[in-house]
Amino acid sequence: MMLQVAIGQRFGDFALDVTFTAGAGVTALIGPSGAGKSTVLAAVAGLLRPDAGLIGFGDQVLSGPGVFMPAHLRQFGMVFQDARLLPHLTVAQNLRYGMRFAAAPGDLAGTAEMLGIAHLLLRRPRDLSGGERQRVALGRALLTTPRLLLMDEPLAALDTARKAEILPLIEHIRDLGTPILYVTHSEVEVERLATAVVRLDAGRVISA
Amino acid sequence: MTDWLTPGEWMALTLSLKVAFWATLTSLPFGLLVGHALARWAFWGKGLLNGLVLLPLILPPVVTGYLLLVTFGRNGAVGAWLYQTTGFTFAFQWTGAALAAAVMAFPLLVRAIRLSIEAVDTRLEQAAGTLGASPGWVWLTVTLPLALPGVLAGMVLTFAKAMGEFGATITFVASIPGQTQTVPTAIYEALQVPGGEPAALRLVILSVVVAMGAVFASEWLARGVARRVRGE
Repeated sequence: MMLQVAIGQRFGDFALDVTFTAGAGVTALIGPSGAGKSTVLAAVAGLLRPDAGLIGFGDQVLSGPGVFMPAHLRQFGMVFQDARLLPHLTVAQNLRYGMRFAAAPGDLAGTAEMLGIAHLLLRRPRDLSGGERQRVALGRALLTTPRLLLMDEPLAALDTARKAEILPLIEHIRDLGTPILYVTHSEVEVERLATAVVRLDAGRVISA
Repeated sequence: MTDWLTPGEWMALTLSLKVAFWATLTSLPFGLLVGHALARWAFWGKGLLNGLVLLPLILPPVVTGYLLLVTFGRNGAVGAWLYQTTGFTFAFQWTGAALAAAVMAFPLLVRAIRLSIEAVDTRLEQAAGTLGASPGWVWLTVTLPLALPGVLAGMVLTFAKAMGEFGATITFVASIPGQTQTVPTAIYEALQVPGGEPAALRLVILSVVVAMGAVFASEWLARGVARRVRGE
């Protein structure tokens, strides 16, 4: 299934005007801070309604003139830079949170095993390290069996050792066949993960 | 337990507790709705709503009581219609005392709820949305649990305010023993008759005991819930 993005958005004197498509594998959105990467991702997730343009997935219009599908109906998983685990729930409850809404929920035990978080299930997010939190956030999104996985600089807040632990997991998820839209400013991550690269600068695509 | 209070005083205490309980319980859904609206929604007339909610805090209680009387009294704008269609009336009933207490305490309830909802990180709500949860479900499973310590604190304040409400209550429903006479109005009545000081003193001590109990219970409750929400 193909994601098609052609959107325009204004914030004060910053203008975003971005067109690209993303298919199977990892499509990396790379660019410096303030290039508009996270805004594009938020628009694809349905957390932001762009001023103009179209977002389509397969033959479905997610966002366009008079059309806006809210985030909770898009069946896209999202992993944020700051994990955003629900602090009042345990790891297991966080992992299960989205499963009740999924048409084909994943296998909790298997996913926890794969991500190396099976021993953390009864803990609370505040008792986890940054790397553990990010793995739980990844598992939480995967267990909804998303049509597309959106990742917003998922490794940016982690040290080198933690990055090295999580990168192979993302590769593994990519190889299992979940398409990923991956926002980063790291060439190393692009090199390692990307199937296709979209370069952004100052709100525009400079190469795709 | 009951022999140091006269039956009349005992009646005033149980009625006060009943009034405060129902005032708190019935105003909670409205408090959550208005608190959430003020914290999160942008709409026309928001300033007006905020002012209206705060009004009972600023107006003399006797004015609020009088406005309740002309609105919900048996000949009042809403009260007359309510009485004719359902036979129900607030006038000179304990339900009227509960209404007066709820209206007087509403600013405190809304303020506590509003502040606690404002403190909930909307990015967590967004994350729950990307997992497939509808806005209503997100509110129930993320917003409300995270705001719960503040909501409970607001309920305790409402209960305490309802226990102590005097001016609007006596104006709206008077002080009829067994029907609308609460502890504060009973104290007032006792002080109006010669030799009433001992009765007043007993009720005053009772008020202090109930108030202290409520404060301790609420602190304990709020601490426990706050710990649970922080994930300890």
